[in-house]
Order: sequence, then structure tokens, then C-alpha cells
Amino acid sequence: MTSQPASAARPLPPPAVTAGGHAPLRAFIASRLVEFCREPEALFWVYGFPLVMILSLGIAFRQQPLASLRVDVVAGPAAAADAATLNAAPGLTATIRPQAEAAERLRTGRADLVVERSAAAVEFRTDPTRPEAVLARDRAHDALERAAGRRDLLTVRDTPVESPGGRYIDFLVPGLMALSLMGGGLWGVGFAVVEMRIRKLLKRFFATPLAHWQFLFGMMAGRMLFVIPEMVLLVVAARLLFGVQVFGSAAAVVALLVLGATAFAGIGLAIAARAKTLEAVSGALNLIMLPMWLGSGVFFSRERYPDWLQPVLAALPLTPLVDALRGVMLEGRTLAGCAGEITAIAAWGIICFAIALRIFRWQ
Amino acid sequence: MTGVDAPAISVRDLVKRYPGRPPVEAVRGLSLDVRRGECFGLLGPNGAGKTTTIEILEGLLAPTSGEVEVLGLTWAAHAGALRERVGVSLQETRLSDKLTVLETARLFRSFYRRGIAAEAALELVGLVPKAAARVANLSGGERQRLAVATALVGWPELLFLDEPTTGLDPQSRRQIWDLVETVRACGHTVVLTTHFMDEAERLCDRIAIVDAGRVIALGTPPELLAQFEVAHLDDVFVKLAGRRLTESGWAEPVAGSTGGPA
Repeated sequence: MTSQPASAARPLPPPAVTAGGHAPLRAFIASRLVEFCREPEALFWVYGFPLVMILSLGIAFRQQPLASLRVDVVAGPAAAADAATLNAAPGLTATIRPQAEAAERLRTGRADLVVERSAAAVEFRTDPTRPEAVLARDRAHDALERAAGRRDLLTVRDTPVESPGGRYIDFLVPGLMALSLMGGGLWGVGFAVVEMRIRKLLKRFFATPLAHWQFLFGMMAGRMLFVIPEMVLLVVAARLLFGVQVFGSAAAVVALLVLGATAFAGIGLAIAARAKTLEAVSGALNLIMLPMWLGSGVFFSRERYPDWLQPVLAALPLTPLVDALRGVMLEGRTLAGCAGEITAIAAWGIICFAIALRIFRWQ
Repeated sequence: MTGVDAPAISVRDLVKRYPGRPPVEAVRGLSLDVRRGECFGLLGPNGAGKTTTIEILEGLLAPTSGEVEVLGLTWAAHAGALRERVGVSLQETRLSDKLTVLETARLFRSFYRRGIAAEAALELVGLVPKAAARVANLSGGERQRLAVATALVGWPELLFLDEPTTGLDPQSRRQIWDLVETVRACGHTVVLTTHFMDEAERLCDRIAIVDAGRVIALGTPPELLAQFEVAHLDDVFVKLAGRRLTESGWAEPVAGSTGGPA
């Protein structure tokens, strides 16, 4: 076939009509993947951002030996002896200072403990709400008692234990994976759908034989296929950089990832079902994502929140995903062991997809 | 009426009211028939109800009242079958910027059970040299021609083109005219909207002049010229509506005229 100049006015011969070539769902999903891969920003947010996050948090919260605790000994007759005793004790650094200076250092957090000996007693001044302060007090007490002649009655043996799976980075990786699935599903599907609506591309698809469910399912599936490699990348990076291990089965992890990606894509569809502007959908997405960023236990345990809030946090869709991923990756639970979480995630996805299918506005 | 002998389109007393305060009545009792194999033009100024009408015929909007049959079928009962047989080019669609021209045409081709090759559709709209270009890099005219190509890939019995040449350069416009003639030469039906009188006169077998949601005149271009005793279709609209259609599609009052509804 050759192209003709536009001014060759006469009609072209009729083209050949053929059956076949009918593959709406496959072609639609493939086109979504091609579009993702040609979008540098999307590639960064999906692949780069979680990696940067793991890298920076992993470094910031790496396991460190306990820092030496700072003890100020108030100047006085016994100060030199006490300071020597404390300096000899493990994990303490003692300095002799005038009383006013020591008090000021304690107040501003530069000293963990102030020790002042009088004729009647040894006084420990400290802030009992700070863990380091309490630890410094107990160590100092112990050291001074022994120096004064206390005898220990028990035989004690310390055995240091390395606990893979118990570090902050181990806790963090499953949480970040769940967070990525949420962001990818909600933004990648919700935002994309509204953009297509604004471009009248939704209406254009609606005018073809592409079925509604094929469009909606294709949007979800396209996003899911896109995020699975990202998850593999995250697990491998966490393993190589920080030695994070997966204790459960890889198949169970992948099953949870597919479930989570699909469920959040369904939620994204429901949010985008009627939104007419990018501002409206962005606002709605941020509004529903914020409680999950903070309350679903991604960065810290949700048990830090009061008891009355727990049922609310447990009902958020991200919470069961974080819990199930952590259960499989850190505790080696099986899928059957996460049945409750899986049911909750699936329920969110199915209900939202059904709502989306019902209320979706194509125009 | 059976599916085979029925007119391509039959519309009776079509009304479309958009809710609001006050409600807007975009179409107010419109009736017309489109015969098989003809090129039928809906001609009128912006806001006349052309797009609302054509979108109801395309099954994209539900009418408030009235009867619409397309290829002897109704959208309510036969949407799935009709989608395979009807091709649609919307007034304004921004196709995905990230796909190439050929990828876009192939994507739409995959939605249909039967049709022509994506390459053949590009050939019809003169976009073969741009097949590998991303949609983002196309000119306005090229995008519009691609939009028409996506309506052609299913080789529809009935092709809808909503303002296919608005805002186009002369070359793109000419290309669209050629393909309309090709499609019609194959015995297929074309329904298009336009506010260009010369385009309607040149392309369309029959024209319905629409104003304020109603058909105010209907016939072949020679019939209309004879009926209103004028030399140009422009003047038919002036006689009927008391306003003149401008290049931008808006109708402006003609000095000294007393005719027609405002």
C-alpha cells in the first residue's frame, strides 16, 4: 500500500474486510502497559520512589550499638571516685560538673542523668519518661552499689542474639510494599480514569464494542501487571542491601500482592467512577490515603494508637494487607493463616468494583 | 420493520432535556429518516442540538423521549450488536498521547469482530506516513484524521462523524471528504454534522437544517435551493432563521432581517 498525496481527489478502492483480530481485553491491557512504560514520571513513582524510600529509611533506622549514656556527676568530695566508677561501667560516660551546669544540661537533654552525692544519700536526677534516662539511672545505680560492696547472688550469663526479621527494616519492607500497591492502585487507576474521562476517551471507548467490564477489568489488570515487577525489585533490593529475608513462601507473597493490587485498583475505580476533574479526584485520593499512611501500621505499629481507635484502623483496606504481608514475610504464615486478612482485602476489592461497575459515568 | 429493509436511521419526536435550573431543552421534537447508503448531513449553528442529536443516534446519550431506531434496532435492546456495526468519531477526543498512530488504530481494530486492517484505515485517512509517530506529535488535523480512522477500523455499515472538519487545514479537510466518498461508494451510510454549508452541499445526498433543537428544512441540496429560491445553502439558513452561519459555527443576526425564531 502506498500513501497518496491528499489532493488525489478520487475515492480509494474499498479495503478488504476480514474477520479475526478480535482481542479487546488483551489489546487494551497491552496498550495500558505500553503507555505506562512510555511515561517517565510514572516509572519513577512506581519503581524509583519505593526504592529511594527503602534505601533512606533503611539507612536512617539501621541497627546501631547503643550510644554511650551521658552522666553528669555534681562536683563534691566523692565526685572523682564516683565518676571513675561510672566510667568503668559499660555504656556510661561520666563527667564532673558544677551543679548549675549539670542541671542545665539535664534540662536541655545533653545529659541523660545527674548524680549528686550528699552525706545522707546518692541522688539521681532524671526524666523518667525517656528510655535512655531510665537506663542510665539503673546502670549508674548498679555500678555505684557494686563499688560500695554489694554482692550479686545469682549467676548471670548474657547471650547476644541476632534476630533477623526483628529489625525495623524487616518491619518496614512489607509495609512499603503494601503502601506501593495502594498508591499504584489508587493513583494509577483512579487518576488515569478521570483523565480519560476529561479527554473524552472514555466516551470514545464506550462507542466501540469494548464492554464496560472489559474496560474496567483491563484498567485493573494493566496496573497489576505493572506493579508485580516493582515488588520483586523491592524484595531483591531489600535482600541485597539490608539482608531482609522472606520467611514465608514466595507464592503466598505473590498471591497477596496480586490480591492487594487488584483490590486497590477496584477502590481507585470506585473513587473515579463519577469524578469530573483531576482536582476532585486528587483531593478524594489524598483524603482516603492519609489515614492509611498514618494508621495502617506501615511505618510504626498501629498499636501505638489508643484502643478505641483500633477497630477503625483495622477496617481500613490497607491494614489487612500490611498485616498479611508481614505475617507471611516475617512470621512465615501460610495463606490459610491469613484467611481473615485475605477475606477483608477481597471484600474491599469486590465491593468497590461492583460499585464502580454500577455507578460508573462514561461521559 | 425488519433489520434489512429498515432505513439506516429512523427518529420520531426526539426530545432531550438536560436537568438544571432552568432545564435546558437541547432537542425539541426532532424527526428524520436516514436512508441506507446515503450521506446525510445535520447542518446548523453551534448550540442547535446537532451533537446532542448525533450522540443519541450513536447510543451515547439516552433521549428524554421519542423513538430512535438504528439499522432497524434500538440501543436499549441491541447495544452489543449495534456497536459492532456502527463507527463513531466524536467532535473532540484526545486519544492517548503515548501510543503511536498505528498502535492506536490497532487497539481500536481489536475491539471489533470484523473489520479492515489498521493499516488500511490509516491509508483511507492519509496517515500511513505518520504510522510510527506518537499521537502527542501529531498536528490537530492529523489527530482528527486518526480519530476518524478509529471509527473506520470496524468497517461500519453506519459511520457517524461529528464535525469532522472543524478546525482542519484544507489538506486534512480534503482527505476527510475523500474518505466519506469512499465509504459511501461501498454502499455504507454516513451521518455527519457540520456548520460548513459548502461541505454539506458537496458531500451530502440529503441535508437536515437544524436550529434550536428542531429540523427546520430537509431535502437534497438542489431541492433546498429550489424550494427557497436561493443560489447558496447559506441563504437557506438566512431565510429560515434570520441569521447567518459564520466560519466559526456561530449564527449572527443579519441586518434588517425579520425571519425565523431567535
